[in-house]
Amino acid sequence: MKKVFSRPKSLRKVSMHYCPGCGHSIIHRLIAELLDELKLRDKTICVPPAGCAVLAYYYLDIDMVEAPHGRATAVATGIKRVHPKNLVFSYQGDGDLAAIGTSEALHAANRGEQITVIFVNNAVYGMTGGQMAPTTLAGQKTTTSPFGRDPKIEGPPIRVCELLATLHNTSYLERVAVNSPAHIKKTKNALRKAFEHQKKNTGFSLVEILSPCPTNWRMDPLQSCKWIDEVMVKEFPLGVLKEVKC
Amino acid sequence: MNKQLMYGTHAIGEAAIQAGCTCYFGYPITPQNELPEYMSRRLTEVPGGVFIQAESELASINMVLGASVAGARAMTSSSSPGISLKQEGISFLAGMELPAVIVNIVRGGPGLGNIAPAQSDYFQATRGGGHGDYRIVVLAPASVQELADMTFAAFDLADEYRVPVMVMGDGMLGQLMEPVVMPVRKKKKLPEKDYILTGAKRRPARLVKSLILDTKAMEDHNWKLMRKYRRIEQNETRWESFLLDDAEMVVIAYGTAARIARGAINRLRREDESIRVGLIRPITLWPFPTDVLKKASQKIKDFFVFEMSAGQMVEDVRLALDGSGTIHFYGRPGGVVPTPAELARSIARHYYQSQRKQKK
Repeated sequence: MKKVFSRPKSLRKVSMHYCPGCGHSIIHRLIAELLDELKLRDKTICVPPAGCAVLAYYYLDIDMVEAPHGRATAVATGIKRVHPKNLVFSYQGDGDLAAIGTSEALHAANRGEQITVIFVNNAVYGMTGGQMAPTTLAGQKTTTSPFGRDPKIEGPPIRVCELLATLHNTSYLERVAVNSPAHIKKTKNALRKAFEHQKKNTGFSLVEILSPCPTNWRMDPLQSCKWIDEVMVKEFPLGVLKEVKC
Repeated sequence: MNKQLMYGTHAIGEAAIQAGCTCYFGYPITPQNELPEYMSRRLTEVPGGVFIQAESELASINMVLGASVAGARAMTSSSSPGISLKQEGISFLAGMELPAVIVNIVRGGPGLGNIAPAQSDYFQATRGGGHGDYRIVVLAPASVQELADMTFAAFDLADEYRVPVMVMGDGMLGQLMEPVVMPVRKKKKLPEKDYILTGAKRRPARLVKSLILDTKAMEDHNWKLMRKYRRIEQNETRWESFLLDDAEMVVIAYGTAARIARGAINRLRREDESIRVGLIRPITLWPFPTDVLKKASQKIKDFFVFEMSAGQMVEDVRLALDGSGTIHFYGRPGGVVPTPAELARSIARHYYQSQRKQKK
């Protein structure tokens, strides 16, 4: 019998710690599949975030270095400048990239660092227990916005892709989601494109992935997937925000 | 190499390049801007040279982290308020055991302070500075030649022990022009960098991190770091002494203050032949030359600490002497650089008072 589905080589044979219904495990797998398919595993260096996905280094079988919270794009900049031929990507959450690390991300993008950012947007701080994130939706209840986020006081959610699209040296920006098989396929394609852009040194690439966090959303996995389609996507429309010629 | 007249900041930059530094990341702050300016030009002439004027001190120290883990010799520089911002990254470098060179051209503080030469970052530098149980090697040059020599040596020390190394000068040293002979790199046996990230080609994937959730493993890591720090204390403690043989009082000062102290001691001995004052100058502030002071205290009972701060190193002197001598202190915080004459007056007063007491 022909084997049609197996564990990617770049994914270690361990069980993950992620909660049921969490998007990280899907995203990790997509990355691993792509590194296998593009034969990039032995050229890749990843900078995982502070947050739930910090333990990505136990799952992805590639060179990894931890960054202080928010500094992944600065660390990735240092690595890429020393090894311009390697594939260097950071993996960051919404608090990491759009709050504490906004400055580093914005300026790495503006310099056009030849790196890829995998930006996982689940609208909350996951690891610390579901506090309000810069991408928390208006009215969304979190442990630090118990009455719902009030845009007049806390500001509206930040749209990272739209923000970065204004910068000249960004080359590929796409927002995708991992809440359905069709969307997961599109996510894989977006990641593939981002890696290809990096390979061709077109500039800074970022893929924003809307990802469910059932535990902190106080929903079950199915409700979470539905919530992305019905609520989240309205604030964070899916699609390619920017693509330069590759 | 020939002797050349150089600015302190330029000497640091050139020595770094001679030591094989290929990456500089920094953010402007006075009084050290001539260093990034120098590097921005000079690194274009170096193969693989990288210069980035980062968006912040946080970004620059983390770019150093990235370049270091990628295997390059990397440095950053700043002055006091900027060094405070870098502490997060320095703690991570220490935890991850990554080499890096950090130059602090100290200015008056706290807060924004001023841009005048000071030594008020001693606590921050010698106690680690950031969070967690760690130390960094702190070198305290006192001339432009030493700025070059110690910056040069800092890269080897950092690689040898896989630690961040700080070269701590001040606004005066940075702006000073003096003749320098640039150190030349010789083949030196250093540990192989078997931890660096290059992509896991024909080897297992590598992981560099400081997160150790298991408390026992974290404790083990802490003790491992401490063993390394003990080794550094044993092997790398540096100091120098001046006119110590007949001394009845010893001045303890480092960096610019040690230069002023030499002037003051020469002056005192010239003016009064009966005055017997010497100098112990710590060259490494961490590791601190504790044993040297202990040994000196068997013979000498009066220790005069002079710092361009309100009194920070004086605490290390107190710890080293452990009650076995009298400590006198003269401090000038806030960016004030006293003249040798001013310092000499203070030393003389304490010296004569102490002599009178002993006679009674």
